[in-house]
Amino acid sequence: MYKIVKRDQIADNIFEYWINAPHVTKNGCAGQFVVIRIDEHGERIPLTISGIRGDDVRIVFMAVGKTTQQLAALQEGESIQDIAGPLGTPSEVKKWGRCAVIGGGVGIACLPILARELREAGNEVTGIIGARNEGLLLLEDELRNACDELVICTDDGSKGHHGFPADILKEKVAAKELDAVWIIGPAIMMKITSMATLNTGIKTFVSLNPIMVDGTGMCGSCRVTIGGETKFACVDGPEFDAHQVDWDELMNRQRTYTGQEKESLEHYHEHKCRCGDH
Amino acid sequence: MNRRPVEERLRDFNEVATGLSKESAVLEAKRCMGCPKPLCVDGCPVSIDIPGFINAIAEEDFRKASRIVKADNMLPAICGRVCPQEAQCQGTCILGKKGKPVRIGDLERFVADWERENGVEAPETAPTTGKHVAIVGSGPAGITAASECLRAGHEVTIFESLHEAGGVLTYGIPAFRMPKGIVKFEIDQVLALGAELKLNHIVGRSVAVDELLAYDAVFIGTGAGLPYFMGIEGENYGGVYSANEFLTRVNLMHADKFPEYDTPIIRGSRVAVVGGGNVAMDSARVARRLGAKVYLIYRRREDDLPARAEEIENAVQEGVEFVCCANPTKILGGPEVQGIECNRMDMCELDESGRPIPRPCTGVDSTFTLDVDVVIEAIGQGPNPLLAGLIPDLKRGRRGNIEVDEDGRTSIPHVFAGGDIATGAATVIWAMGSAKKAAASINKMLSEN
Ligand SMILES: Cc1cc2nc3c(=O)[nH]c(=O)nc-3n(C[C@H](O)[C@H](O)[C@H](O)COP(=O)(O)OP(=O)(O)OC[C@H]3O[C@@H](n4cnc5c(N)ncnc54)[C@H](O)[C@@H]3O)c2cc1C
Ligand SMILES: Cc1cc2nc3c(=O)[nH]c(=O)nc-3n(C[C@H](O)[C@H](O)[C@H](O)COP(=O)(O)OP(=O)(O)OC[C@H]3O[C@@H](n4cnc5c(N)ncnc54)[C@H](O)[C@@H]3O)c2cc1C
Ligand code: SF4
Ligand code: FES
Repeated sequence: MYKIVKRDQIADNIFEYWINAPHVTKNGCAGQFVVIRIDEHGERIPLTISGIRGDDVRIVFMAVGKTTQQLAALQEGESIQDIAGPLGTPSEVKKWGRCAVIGGGVGIACLPILARELREAGNEVTGIIGARNEGLLLLEDELRNACDELVICTDDGSKGHHGFPADILKEKVAAKELDAVWIIGPAIMMKITSMATLNTGIKTFVSLNPIMVDGTGMCGSCRVTIGGETKFACVDGPEFDAHQVDWDELMNRQRTYTGQEKESLEHYHEHKCRCGDH
Repeated sequence: MNRRPVEERLRDFNEVATGLSKESAVLEAKRCMGCPKPLCVDGCPVSIDIPGFINAIAEEDFRKASRIVKADNMLPAICGRVCPQEAQCQGTCILGKKGKPVRIGDLERFVADWERENGVEAPETAPTTGKHVAIVGSGPAGITAASECLRAGHEVTIFESLHEAGGVLTYGIPAFRMPKGIVKFEIDQVLALGAELKLNHIVGRSVAVDELLAYDAVFIGTGAGLPYFMGIEGENYGGVYSANEFLTRVNLMHADKFPEYDTPIIRGSRVAVVGGGNVAMDSARVARRLGAKVYLIYRRREDDLPARAEEIENAVQEGVEFVCCANPTKILGGPEVQGIECNRMDMCELDESGRPIPRPCTGVDSTFTLDVDVVIEAIGQGPNPLLAGLIPDLKRGRRGNIEVDEDGRTSIPHVFAGGDIATGAATVIWAMGSAKKAAASINKMLSEN
């Protein structure tokens, strides 16, 4: 059992948990993820490592479906059954020169640890974050501290630049200010944003989020097509060269269980009502 | 072996084969002639004293029978269920030359089940040595190596990346062949000898390579967990599974009980399973239990199917439709599976192993399609590359398996390996046999320094 040592709600429907898991924190770094299972009946779901402090690992998640809603209902001091990790290949942190780390929605949570590692490696780092509205922006202060510069965008103009991170990225690319870029967020956001660096020679990484089961390269559920080749996101990735990704295939595969996910959530809420607790 | 009726077993995941009664076990045991040069023992990869334990059953001393089996095999209830006895001990039994061989597998299972119900006797262990052995992977290889090292008095830590121990026994082989409670029971017996089991620990990630190499000895038993895909069009449509994924969703994650359990699976109304080995039979039979009409597509003839005869028979009884001499060329649909296109195959000359080489037919009627909504690929697995790929000095074979000598030694002096990661996908008992050899080398090495 692994204890939730700290729990906070940090934006609309977005939660920040610190979980005690020394086996994960010991060797975990930016770009890697964990797989958690809440209890005996639970599903294994992947969540990015968004911070490490001593023996505690931070995860930040949006309560979207059954498992993340159930997780959000847990309190500080309670425990989850399993957390495996760190999984995946670490981000390619080296001296690139000028880097941009770009986050959309809950993907923003992956940026502080990455920005810090990049700066420690001698890079100049610009953070660009975007959300639908001000209420969905997260970890702003932490990220401001971790970056040399931070640009905020909201789709509705409630804060910062009225528009998308892609707009800012295009300006930076035009001004020849970048050597490497990370884009982390929903697939459609990563697809569109990465167009800005197409044919510019700027190395562009995205962190793919296909459906996973084991997270250790054993099932093939997470397979993605990269430059025409099949790769397993859980071991070969999850970060890949943005311009080689077959985005449509990824998005189609993500929709495989839409019906069941709805059913699972309904079953959860029904059950919750009948028992009177979670 | 007696089996439950088909209509009944298709409704659940309970065990298909029912064990021998005490009376029939004793009767069967009395058929053994106690050969002075027992061929059966030569056929057993871990050389169990077969006539010895059978004789004890004939004398109705089941405790003694159990002691004899467990001297060489700590997982008898597992082996009694899934070993291909017809090709091993039973295949060489002298009585099989003219009539029927002794049902050695069923007798082994009987002894193990008897012990489980009548109290287990822990084997003796040597005094502690203070040496510490790391075991990577908790499949049959890892568990066997652990038990041998524990018995020699070493401290043992087993690392397992999943949330349950057992490897393929837990996530791969379905409960109707290998009940999960029995797997857990036998593994717990080994753990009770004092091993520390660390679940959710991926060696190479949670435990770095230099931390691993700091142990006095290391045994790697990470298995053949990398699924192969055919590389045909449409393979990444929703509804195309590797057998590993399909079986893991059901066996480890209980997707058959969705939404009581959270992990979903596409059950499919018409399912195509590609392949002809045990893994394909398991997938087909699971798909039948999830309610689908199932086609099993195999590129050679029915006679060439590599699966165990008993499992083919079970699949036939359970209504799996065999489509032989056919090879898939394309998965139709997008983004969901709507069908599978196959090429008929001709059997021409034989290869070195005496099996016919399948070649695609040409001309009219050489292709056909099946309407299916789920495709499961059971065409083989490769060695799990994660850890082996991270250890620079570890010598590996062409397909990525870890190279070992006869004693399970790798190219690094205190690192040993066994099971599928060394041999390529094989069987439970071969994994155990190679792990025993490696453990013997470990114990020898640790007693010398
Ligand atoms: C490497 C990786 C890192 C991730 N990091 C984060 C993170 O830091 N924070 C965060 O909020 N989310 C993250 N996700 C996505 C997260 O795993 C899913 O949101 C989660 O599984 C949803 O589960 P649910 O039961 O609450 O929702 P569901 O109702 O099951 O699904 C909602 C959506 O999540 C996706 N999803 C469902 N199951 C899985 C699965 N097993 N694996 C991947 N995606 C799935 C599907 O696209 C689905 O549309 C990550 C995914 C991957 C692959
Ligand atoms: C569906 C199916 C049916 C089969 N049916 C039969 C049968 O009827 N009879 C038979 O004899 N054989 C059968 N086999 C084959 C048999 O199961 C295998 O040969 C045997 O399990 C190999 O044992 P192993 O210990 O080498 O590997 P595995 O059983 O694969 O165990 C390896 C373990 O190592 C873990 N691991 C991997 N990498 C790491 C890491 N880096 N860190 C920590 N842990 C790690 C894995 O999670 C796994 O638990 C079947 C196989 C399958 C897939
Ligand atoms: S070969 Fe057959 S008859 Fe002879 S000892 Fe072995 S099991 Fe008995
Ligand atoms: S999640 Fe199973 S192989 Fe990647």
